[in-house]
Amino acid sequence: MRKFYTLLSREVRSYFHSPIAYVVLIFFLLIAGVDFYFQVSFMNQRQVQYTVQEAFFNSVFFWFAFVLIFPLITMRLFAEEFKLGTIEPLMTAPVRDWQVVLSKFFGALIFYIILWIPPAFYFVIFQYVAGQPAAHSAGAYSGSYLMLLLLGMFYLSIGCLASVLTKNQIIAAIISFCAITLLFFLGLVQFILLDVSSAARDLLGYFSAIEHMGTFSRGVIDTRPIVFYLSMTVVMLALTHQAFQSRKWRL
Amino acid sequence: MIKVENLTKRYAGQPAIQDLNFEVGKGEIMGFLGPNGAGKTTTMRILASFMPPTSGRATVAGFDVFAQSLQARAHLGYMPENVPLYSDMRVTEYLDYRAALKGVPHRRVAERVGDVKELCGLKEVENKLIAALSKGYRQRVGLADALLHEPDLLILDEPTIGLDPNQIRQVRDLIKNLGKQHTILLSTHILPEVEMTCSRVIIIHKGRIEACDTPENLLGKIRQAGGVLLEAKVGADNGVEELKKISGVRDVIVDSDGDWKIFSLRVESGADVREEIFRLATTRQWRVRELTQRRATLEDVFVEITHSDSI
Repeated sequence: MRKFYTLLSREVRSYFHSPIAYVVLIFFLLIAGVDFYFQVSFMNQRQVQYTVQEAFFNSVFFWFAFVLIFPLITMRLFAEEFKLGTIEPLMTAPVRDWQVVLSKFFGALIFYIILWIPPAFYFVIFQYVAGQPAAHSAGAYSGSYLMLLLLGMFYLSIGCLASVLTKNQIIAAIISFCAITLLFFLGLVQFILLDVSSAARDLLGYFSAIEHMGTFSRGVIDTRPIVFYLSMTVVMLALTHQAFQSRKWRL
Repeated sequence: MIKVENLTKRYAGQPAIQDLNFEVGKGEIMGFLGPNGAGKTTTMRILASFMPPTSGRATVAGFDVFAQSLQARAHLGYMPENVPLYSDMRVTEYLDYRAALKGVPHRRVAERVGDVKELCGLKEVENKLIAALSKGYRQRVGLADALLHEPDLLILDEPTIGLDPNQIRQVRDLIKNLGKQHTILLSTHILPEVEMTCSRVIIIHKGRIEACDTPENLLGKIRQAGGVLLEAKVGADNGVEELKKISGVRDVIVDSDGDWKIFSLRVESGADVREEIFRLATTRQWRVRELTQRRATLEDVFVEITHSDSI
């Protein structure tokens, strides 16, 4: 456990040692801030049926920034170690493969969570300034943040897998960007392909991150997406572990 | 400490090392020599559990490097070629991290990190970013890292590559001192270094072990175990004929520099023919301006073993 903790703390620190962390943080805060501002100004002008919080988590702005941050967070995880050769001292120390894989995943997850702390204050500030809550209930906040966590885990595990497959960070970023975007838009297919059978559209609906976020941000906690995202994360990490171990035989 | 049996590694069918067999005993400093691409790094990587062999087995401190790799890794300090390090960390920070990773007990980390910094002369750069270190210091950080958990065995892949002569001397002295408490396997290109530090030498060529012995024995075995150089004016004499009659002389090659003739004599190992040559020169009234014995170096051994078919 101590080795895992040591690896994890090194992973988290390494984010803040590199400029990428700050660029991602600023880029993300800027978009989230602009998104929030637009939503609030829009709602100022007319009557709407949803809350500020729901609007924030369901806008195009939000999804655009959201899909883009995962490749940026995960591309360096393994690829950089392979490229610089630091994998050699790392793996000749008495550490297990899964400790390395999990530390990298959770390191990325911690950075992702840190990324989401500042936007949480938007709602606090909104409530303070506007004198009314940004959501119907506390459940709506926890629902959207739970969905963010679940989606984050799944997409970060895809990024881990992409990074373990290559020693080129750009290639890792392209693979994970492509996979995440395709998965993400799979959920939109049901709105586009109107002529497919309703069964197929229902099936695709289960993959729709947008729909999941819609329900969760209203405070409705559905267990199906929870099981789906958690199990997919486990599958992706298991594949990452396999691919990481196979490097020995590919050398 | 190290036991290697029939170790073979193939990369995409191409053998990098074939049927290696050797042992390194406790307290030995074993030198690992060979031209580039001979399989030194491959062997060391297998011993450090970085990659598995295609066939054969190797044990480190009694633990199989593949089946019990965690225990094997815990008993060895490995310094990879070119010393890859996290350049975003500071020296002390990196060593603290590595100590924890290698399972140095919590309360001993500060002490161990302090000790290796002292030993490897890293005190003056302890707060510097690794990215800002010179090659020599990076090498020392790598060595310090290998020593952190007080391993029984050190595997050092080209510890002196890219260093200046002063640094090479420092690292050599350091290794010599370390050899008092640790078993060491080191690879290098610098042959005088091996002669000075190693108790035994393995010469590997094209993935096979060509020689494995003490440096002294290797020198004894070589055909050109030594030679004598004679520069003289021999007048009307042929020179070669007379010299060949001396017992112990195997062959004579002659070269000339104006009136002076330069004879290179190959002699049998252990024989010292200089006195005989002097006697011959005085009786035949040759005028001698140089008579020296050339001692064979490990370089001669190395070249003789590895040169043959690399042209």
